[in-house]
Amino acid sequence: MVRQVLLVVLLSFSSLASAAIDTYQFKDDATRERFQSLSTELRCPKCQNQNIADSNSPIAKDLRDELYRMLENGADDEQVIDFMVTRYGEFVLYRPRMSEQTYLLWYGPAALLLIGVIVVLLISGKRKKTEPGKPDGNLSDAEKQRLDQILKQEQNK
Amino acid sequence: MRRLIVILPLVLFVALGLFLWNGIGKDTKTLPSPLIGKTVPEFSLSALLDEQKTITAADLKGRPALLNVWATWCPTCKQEHAQLNRMARDEGVTIYGVNYKDDRAKAKIWLDKYMNPYALNIYDPDGHLGLNLGVYGAPETFLLDAQGIIRYKHVGAIDQRVWGELRQKMKQLEVN
Repeated sequence: MVRQVLLVVLLSFSSLASAAIDTYQFKDDATRERFQSLSTELRCPKCQNQNIADSNSPIAKDLRDELYRMLENGADDEQVIDFMVTRYGEFVLYRPRMSEQTYLLWYGPAALLLIGVIVVLLISGKRKKTEPGKPDGNLSDAEKQRLDQILKQEQNK
Repeated sequence: MRRLIVILPLVLFVALGLFLWNGIGKDTKTLPSPLIGKTVPEFSLSALLDEQKTITAADLKGRPALLNVWATWCPTCKQEHAQLNRMARDEGVTIYGVNYKDDRAKAKIWLDKYMNPYALNIYDPDGHLGLNLGVYGAPETFLLDAQGIIRYKHVGAIDQRVWGELRQKMKQLEVN
């Protein structure tokens, strides 16, 4: 009984959770797939944390229509991206393009990782040489004398 | 030298922290327009008040002006309308309107009711001009120079404060 009630409750919410639904007729499956992948990679300018496939805002609908129209007219991905970027800026791309402005974004994490690795290697290298408590086999004369003293004391006990 | 390298991550971390801290509280909703410095995209649409009359981008040239994207379904447009009226009436500002994804009859009634501050009104029912202008939420206002080049864009209502900024930018355009 509880299960059935739960099922009904969950089902009643499922319609709320679904994304924007349009009925586009595509000329072939390849175009449909390109539409789906492009619409999930383009960001809605109004509702900024959604892509245009998920958003219900009117502007996202307009952009989907435009995307559909362009793909049906045979535009390639590059043309679609250019179209969106010249109107709404780099912002609409979830994967920003490589440019002077985005070098830091693309290479920054790798550079930070590299710096971290170098620092770790340097520190651990230094440690190995001077690790305290480990004899390196080279005692000074004073140390040797002191060691002999200590050993003699131990024997005399 | 070694010591310097050891504290390098800390220095980088602090630098990154300051960089991110700097971003906190900044307006993230307003997108910079890639159209700034470019001419108004070509279009050929009918005038809102006169279906027979065609307006093109060339009609927007001649003097610095504001291009205001509005619609009757947009509550913020109503909010800024009185300000636009004051600007047009008291200061003689040239304001062109883009009636964006709207209904012609409704828009006409609206202008009759609340006064018409627009020197020209472009009727863009499909939102194509709006799309080409990168409009993502009405009202949006573009500042055009005499050659019809977009110099600045403001997203959201124009109030006294925003107009103060726009007026300064407009004056600079008139001097040049």
